Amino acid sequence: MATIQPLREETMIINMGPQHPSTHGVLRLVLELDGEYVVSCRPVLGYLHTGIEKNTEYRTWQQGVTFVTRADYLSPFFNELGYCLAVERLLGIEAPPRAQVIRVMTNELTRIASHLLWLATTGLELGAISIMLYAWREREVILRIFEMITGLRMNHAYIRVGGVVMDLPEGASEQVRDFLDVMPGRLHEYEELLTGNPIWRQRTEGVGHVPGDELVALGVTGPMLRAAGIDWDLRKQLPYCGYETYDFDVPLRTAGDCFARYEVRIEEIRQSLRIVEQCLDRLEPGPVMVEDPKLRWPAELSVGPDGIGNSERYVRHIMEESMEALINHFKIVTQGFQVPAGEVYQAVESPRGELGYYVVSNGGNRPYRMHIRGPSFVNLQATPRMVEGGLVADVVASVASIDPVMGDADR
Amino acid sequence: MIVAELAERLRARHPDAVEARGEVTVVVSPDRLLDTLSSLRDEHDLRFTFLSDLTASDWPGLDLRFWLAYHLLSMEHLHRVRVKVGLPPRPDPPHVPSVTPMFPSASWLEREVFDFFGIVFDGHPDLRRIEMPEGWEGHPLRKTEGLGGVNTRYKGAFIPPPDQRST
Repeated sequence: MATIQPLREETMIINMGPQHPSTHGVLRLVLELDGEYVVSCRPVLGYLHTGIEKNTEYRTWQQGVTFVTRADYLSPFFNELGYCLAVERLLGIEAPPRAQVIRVMTNELTRIASHLLWLATTGLELGAISIMLYAWREREVILRIFEMITGLRMNHAYIRVGGVVMDLPEGASEQVRDFLDVMPGRLHEYEELLTGNPIWRQRTEGVGHVPGDELVALGVTGPMLRAAGIDWDLRKQLPYCGYETYDFDVPLRTAGDCFARYEVRIEEIRQSLRIVEQCLDRLEPGPVMVEDPKLRWPAELSVGPDGIGNSERYVRHIMEESMEALINHFKIVTQGFQVPAGEVYQAVESPRGELGYYVVSNGGNRPYRMHIRGPSFVNLQATPRMVEGGLVADVVASVASIDPVMGDADR
Repeated sequence: MIVAELAERLRARHPDAVEARGEVTVVVSPDRLLDTLSSLRDEHDLRFTFLSDLTASDWPGLDLRFWLAYHLLSMEHLHRVRVKVGLPPRPDPPHVPSVTPMFPSASWLEREVFDFFGIVFDGHPDLRRIEMPEGWEGHPLRKTEGLGGVNTRYKGAFIPPPDQRST
């Protein structure tokens, strides 16, 4: 042993983050560097911990939606859907068909918006600034649609236990259709810009490579796993919300590097567009919330100039016409409803992977315990495996290819 | 796969496997945890090779105060199972064997449970807090710890923080 010479005299420790433009929020990486090479990487989390899980224990079941939607703030509809599906399973109810279709449609639009944001920021970090501007432009179109439907650009609290809070406004389907017409051409433009671009390929090909079986061991899900050749998409394998009835493909690549993850995400946008189109064709008139007056959110809401508010017709109804309606409104809004004791684990396929909700009820009007299995949290465990031994410049590409959202990781 | 079929298959090895709401739950004692998980992982008709989630809940007043829930997934057979372990309030902190050597994905999840509930995972390679600051005292998701918060002034009156409101 005494004959072995140390390879390096000294290493340098640098903090990448928590305030660093390429860490997607407030991820901190403690990197040990030997020249340009990463010797070790230690991710430090918690800078965006907001106590969402603890907070929901003090709010009614319906209020929980407004908390979870803020966890993964780039795909709010997925949080709402996972939470609501879990609570609905505890209650033993199912949302009406129209609500299911609206849920799938808003979810897939969110997936597109989330992947576009990923494309924009990753492009920016790797020096492709024009893609940032283009992807941001298309994401803006989706956010305008969301604003029209829910009154808010993000943190919508639109999907509620028992359905969705209000029906699509007039003209929403047309706006979505307009987007569907434009988007395929725009996707083609993105690929023209990036796929054959030698700089883009050099920055991503072979970078951050991890084989599929190691990703499974590390708990990684989502596009990262599919880019390593593992055919795993909850929408196909363990479907929810009627996904088994939609026609779409799960894009796969085998390279398992950053470029493959880029290809998978671009292709997923295409597949999401297909699903959204099918949703529009399936939108039959009907209720969007369960009928049970002991469960359904009583207020009729509408989108006004400053966001969602009670519709004037409804306010007149409870204040002037019906005492019973006012009592029911008061009871549901202040006390909520009881959920039978029990526990469920409900997972949905978010743009980042398996987003799981473990919800425990003790029979009260508030969750006893609610745990979010954030895909960003678990996926980030793969960071040291991806970057150790590589160049420090590739850390940026590798972390970007995980697509972590720190709100989802820290909750 | 049909859940009833999985429950039947599990009952051969774990007679108390419960099926509810389309999910199967197996309750084991802490000393049987590692054996149970490795047999769930390795037996060819189960193959729960993926640890989706690991978390805990706190039930003060019960003989077994802390309940750990391991959510396993089989990508081969398309089924899930929940393994639960109950831990007594004493000694505090409670100890349970770490499953990180078996499922590397458990590493951060166990750190999170340690951070939030103060449950010690024996054999974890790097058991430190993960979300709370290093010098934090206590374990915030225990039911014995309050939510925290201050009175908020609203139209001349003060609204108490959420954990001190009556409804």
